[in-house]
Amino acid sequence: MIELAPLSMRPHDVIDTPGHHHWRRLGLQAAYYGLCSVLMLMFLFPILWSLLTSFETAAEASASPPLYWPSRFSLENYRNLANYGQGIGRYLGNSAGVASMTVLFTLVLATLGGYGFSRFTFPGRHALFMLILATLMIPFQSILNPLFVLLRLLHLQDTQLGLALVYTTFQLPFAVFMMRNAFDAVPRDIEEAAVLDGCSPLGLLLRVMLPLVGPGLATVALFAFFGSWNELLAALILISDSRAFTLPVMLINAQSGQLGSVNWGLMQAGIVLSIVPCAALFLLLQRYYIQGLIAGAVKA
Amino acid sequence: MLALLGLRAPRGRAGLLFILPCLAVTTLFFIVPLLMTAWMSLNNWPLLGHPSFTGLKNYLDLFHDASFWGSVLFTVKYTLVVTPAIFLFAFALALLVHRGVRFVGIFRTAYFLPVVIGMTTASLLWTWLFNDQVGIFSAVLMDLGWIDEPVQWLGDTYSALASIVVMVLWKAAGFTMVILLVGMQAIPVDLYEAASLDGARWWAQVRHITIPLMRRTFALALTMSFIGSFLAFEQFFVMTRGGPFNSTITVVHWIYRASFTYFKLGYGAAMSVVLLLMLLVLSAVQLYLLRDER
Repeated sequence: MIELAPLSMRPHDVIDTPGHHHWRRLGLQAAYYGLCSVLMLMFLFPILWSLLTSFETAAEASASPPLYWPSRFSLENYRNLANYGQGIGRYLGNSAGVASMTVLFTLVLATLGGYGFSRFTFPGRHALFMLILATLMIPFQSILNPLFVLLRLLHLQDTQLGLALVYTTFQLPFAVFMMRNAFDAVPRDIEEAAVLDGCSPLGLLLRVMLPLVGPGLATVALFAFFGSWNELLAALILISDSRAFTLPVMLINAQSGQLGSVNWGLMQAGIVLSIVPCAALFLLLQRYYIQGLIAGAVKA
Repeated sequence: MLALLGLRAPRGRAGLLFILPCLAVTTLFFIVPLLMTAWMSLNNWPLLGHPSFTGLKNYLDLFHDASFWGSVLFTVKYTLVVTPAIFLFAFALALLVHRGVRFVGIFRTAYFLPVVIGMTTASLLWTWLFNDQVGIFSAVLMDLGWIDEPVQWLGDTYSALASIVVMVLWKAAGFTMVILLVGMQAIPVDLYEAASLDGARWWAQVRHITIPLMRRTFALALTMSFIGSFLAFEQFFVMTRGGPFNSTITVVHWIYRASFTYFKLGYGAAMSVVLLLMLLVLSAVQLYLLRDER
């Protein structure tokens, strides 16, 4: 559940004064929770509706007008999806491969970079940090044409590695910023002791510091995962071989339909598969996600 | 701090080594492409085959390209509609869930959940909800007897725009809500307590305490969603494919089409440079609005 730092309690929340105010207060409370719940249903409905439909038979899922409740439970849409194109396993694998490489590269580069910016003084430190942050002001959408040319030149076109490197680059400004802050928050006497014990800078980072910046790492990893798992435009441009399609690109193609007809049940199964990892990671680790969001916002 | 300088100074070189990897990747995949965008924009650059230098021709063509400026105009229109819509909705949500009452965490989580779903997935999902044959919206309205035949929600420009704004509200309001919540909770509680003792009702407190003290957060939330909306692509690419009659094409969509449907990478690069300049202006405005006044 999204918890924010000390929540303000207004005086009127605290005391429930008895008497004729009591009924009015109860009514207000009912109205409040009613409104919040209706809104919650509105936000969750599209997801739940898609989930329900994905478990209908293919025929019922494409029925017009749509059914409000399926006649029976079926995995037909998921079976159809499993056999779609190269098989859903390939596209899921592509997306998972690109996402895990992006997460890994981002973690390694941002940890090293954040540590370097936080703990060392060297000429141009401030300018280089600003340079990396400044790339945030330039939309990645405006450098995709050269990236297409560049990846072809490097023979990285249609590869998971190429796409992951591009995604990593897009993640770096935020990730380095996040990790520098995480290292800044670690008290310096911890390292002093380790240095006196003869620890090398890299050993210091790996053995002493890394365990202390866990939350920062979690935040960076989450943003890198969401960023790469959900990205469409760069994948559309940099991947042209249908065997290398990521999940969003594959779903776009499936929605375009074969011979003009869309298999709506299959689409819902695909949409559910694309939502599940994001929703699960967010629900499990939302504290870190929200922290990253707040840190990014405060910086601006 | 000063005592540590002695410890840190000799390790200066090592510092450079630590930042070298991320610097290298940023240079290769960001700085170099950025310079290449500028260079490509001065060339006739086909998808395959050799580029040829054409100077400012792409920019001159661009200047007279009504469809590009049409896409700029549409993007501005979309941004001007969706930004205040997200802001007002998110502000209402934030007011609703900013108190620490029971279950409030569950509500916040539910309102935020669509943010982590990809824009592509969200667009595909809502295309289905809006579909006239199999979509739930038309079906429910017909069963209620409010309409006689299914509505083509995405069929004409304004109804498509409105439909996409509804989808984006669902998808993005939670993000702005959290930004606003952070600002809202930075306001000292005693201000509300004092106002409450003076007999100020809820709305008076919102008007005279919350809103004036959140100016900076408002500026942040508005500029962030303005910039985000200006770069809109997926929702239009998926939900309207730019139609009907190319009336809902955004700038990014148009750059993509010029570059990879018409294979004019140089021309697309020139458009990218224009987009980039527009975004730099927006970022400068953002920095100006968020400058530290103290």
